[in-house]
Amino acid sequence: MSAVAQETVSEDEMPAVHFLNHVHTVKSWLLTMDHKRVGILYLLTISFFFLIGGINAGMIRLELMTPGADFMEADTYNTAFTMHGVVMIFFFLIPSIPAVFGNFIMPIMIGAKDVAFPKLNLASWYLFIAAGILGVVVTMMGGVDTGWTFYTPYSSTYSNGNVTIVAMAAFLVGFSSILTGVNFMVTIHKMRAPGMTWFKMPLFVWGMYATSLIMVLGTPVIAITLVLLMLERTLHIGIFDPALGGDPVLFQHLFWFYSHPAVYIMILPGMGVMSEIIACFSRKRIFGYEFIALSSVAIAVLGFFVWGHHLFIAGQAIYAGMVFSFITMMVAAPSAIKVFNWTATMYRGSISFDTPMLYAMAFIGLFSVGGLTGVILAILALDIHMHDTYFVVAHFHYVMVGGALTAFLGAVHFWWPKATGRMYPEGWARLAALLVFIGFNLTFFPQFILGYLGMPRRYHVYPPDFQILNVMSTAGASVLAIALVIPVIYLIWSLKYGKVAGSNPWQAYGLEWQMTSPPPAHNFDETPIITEDAYSYHTMNFKVKGSEDQKTLEEAEVEH
Amino acid sequence: MNKGFQLHPDQASTFAPELDLLYFFVVIVCTFFFVLISVLVYAFAVKYRRRSDDERPALIHGNLPMEIAWSVIPLALMMIMFGWGAWLFFKVYQVPDGALEINVVGKQWMWHIQHPTGQREINELHMPIGRPIKLTMASEDVIHDFFIPEFRVKNDVIPGTYTTMTFEATMTGEFYLFCAEFCGTEHSRMTGRIVVLEDSEYEDWLAGGAADETPEEAGLRLFSELNCITCHGEVANARGPSLTGVFGEEVRLAGGDRLTMNEEYIRESVLQPRARIVQGYSAIMPTYQGQITEANLLNIIAYIKSLQGTTQE
Repeated sequence: MSAVAQETVSEDEMPAVHFLNHVHTVKSWLLTMDHKRVGILYLLTISFFFLIGGINAGMIRLELMTPGADFMEADTYNTAFTMHGVVMIFFFLIPSIPAVFGNFIMPIMIGAKDVAFPKLNLASWYLFIAAGILGVVVTMMGGVDTGWTFYTPYSSTYSNGNVTIVAMAAFLVGFSSILTGVNFMVTIHKMRAPGMTWFKMPLFVWGMYATSLIMVLGTPVIAITLVLLMLERTLHIGIFDPALGGDPVLFQHLFWFYSHPAVYIMILPGMGVMSEIIACFSRKRIFGYEFIALSSVAIAVLGFFVWGHHLFIAGQAIYAGMVFSFITMMVAAPSAIKVFNWTATMYRGSISFDTPMLYAMAFIGLFSVGGLTGVILAILALDIHMHDTYFVVAHFHYVMVGGALTAFLGAVHFWWPKATGRMYPEGWARLAALLVFIGFNLTFFPQFILGYLGMPRRYHVYPPDFQILNVMSTAGASVLAIALVIPVIYLIWSLKYGKVAGSNPWQAYGLEWQMTSPPPAHNFDETPIITEDAYSYHTMNFKVKGSEDQKTLEEAEVEH
Repeated sequence: MNKGFQLHPDQASTFAPELDLLYFFVVIVCTFFFVLISVLVYAFAVKYRRRSDDERPALIHGNLPMEIAWSVIPLALMMIMFGWGAWLFFKVYQVPDGALEINVVGKQWMWHIQHPTGQREINELHMPIGRPIKLTMASEDVIHDFFIPEFRVKNDVIPGTYTTMTFEATMTGEFYLFCAEFCGTEHSRMTGRIVVLEDSEYEDWLAGGAADETPEEAGLRLFSELNCITCHGEVANARGPSLTGVFGEEVRLAGGDRLTMNEEYIRESVLQPRARIVQGYSAIMPTYQGQITEANLLNIIAYIKSLQGTTQE
């Protein structure tokens, strides 16, 4: 690789001019064509939505501390879990890693000066904002109570909530992710630097490619489905409601045709982040690179053929159920391959326990639990008992929080120094990571037991037999809430008081670590030429950290 | 009910121990892999921790035999789980001979239950131990789900169609009944209890309960009230086909298709009479959509079934 750091700046200093400060006006942010600035805009907005989704989660756990209805009305509770699901899925998890880190770091990783369509990129953020405003308006109007799944005919005929507006918001936010997906696919196909062949790309880029594939192929289906739902609700055209001559299960087929692949939109980017972090903090090339790369694509493709596992007991034919159960087993295999390869990457590595690595190790364990319980739920007979119970709730929170959120936090801690040029306080960060792990498990592990005992999901009141496990869960959620507030404080603090990061604080391999932190506005002065594989840690010279005369030590140079 | 703190639900049906056996098998297999991964991650993290800042590990590309092993072994284990689960799933949906047929109608937010002998209950199901029960379930409004955790059975109850479930209790006592599919405001109060009785107690309960007309009797009454009898009577040249002895039999449709006369077809013929016409008749029957409740529709079906004289499916 050719060196791309700005020549005038020593690598341990803040550059005088970078993408954050080369122009200051509000207008320069709101009309930015810079993929890095779009990534920052997304980071700020999804953080806001995470807060809203988190407040709803807190309300749910508070209500469930006791078996009775003592904190809120049934309708309020139903609205709380619906808004929690809608906001967390459509406004946090789906855009989280792709729209923030995909935008911020992916073009740099492949040696591009920007994404293929910078204006489209900005447009996708504005669509997201438009949808978000609808979401906030709906919340103020009293929300919606259908559950994030919008099952008909409840949503189309019976619900008194603002279903049409929420469906419109989800419809709009879907177009935002289609635009991001198209943009990433074209960028990865056409804008890789010379020498950056497909199998030299960092695995995060492979993850982004697989994710984009699903966004582009799957999202139109949910868009059409939501339009049909709105038509039935407003004009009473019979599509899903049997009283109007429709078929309620048709909705479930269409909904899950998108929404199951959407689960992979949420987890594939996290898997990409894992490969970056584990390689960096083990100083090793990823074990079985090709297997991890292609397993992402396998997941994206197979993921389109498993939607029926949400309908095993919803009147679907037994034989259809068997086919969907079988294919679901097939899609579990590539995830298992990834977990084994990450573990093998640590073998004979040089492992340090910086905060991103703590999140990565937590991810391996928590995602394994999420994935394995997914296999359990895919077994036809077991799903009879577990369907729609807290076992399912626990399972997908292990994947979505234990997996996707943990990966997101890992990514934030990994690329924060790159984006801001400052280090956060490592001690506080490690403490928060530990609390996230403890709080998360205390919240969601008891829910597996609750689920097998038979507690159904979306229950506002429940039999007193289930109280002890629910109290444990609520206690865990409190720890988790504290653990998630701590990073907000120290990250904001670090913007002003954090130690200067330098261009490569982790001594990581990759194009983004060869430029200043924060990166220059246009990424590269000259297009880099790639000759080495990704993760060529075996070619690096590592320097000794922590000594006062750091600058006199030899600069880490990447060998050719 | 009110069993206090438990970690595992009671096994109160013939299906429960069979399902739990599969569950324990997969939990053991999954726990093994989870422990394996966790121990390896922990062991590698300790053994290969960074000892000096300038450490540079050697390059390892990968290992094809290992890749094959950790693809094929989990897949093979998952195939066992799939096969076992599919076999059990198939089995639990087979209706045994002599099952007691009970009708269930779900509506926001209660369960209506009707026994073949005429007793009606709301949010309670009294049933005998050791005898297979078949529920035929319909919904008046949205999707509900009939869930008995201690029997390990549940099935969606879907408007516009019938779903069925079968179980046999092995333990007397009271068990939870939950609605498991979100159905609106009072979803979490759409609960009830299953009361499993010894045979003699069940007989007492049947005798003590105010037996209404049986579903067949109600069906007979409705057959006249709704004027079905006018066209579907036992006279020559009737305007509609005779319904005696046809349930479970094959009928020939206008256009040449054949189908088996079952609950779904009767339901469709009442609500959308012109969808599929029996050969030799014209499409003149008016729809009863909106004029008949789900419970009465089930009564009519029970009556038509009784016109058989022979054993049912």
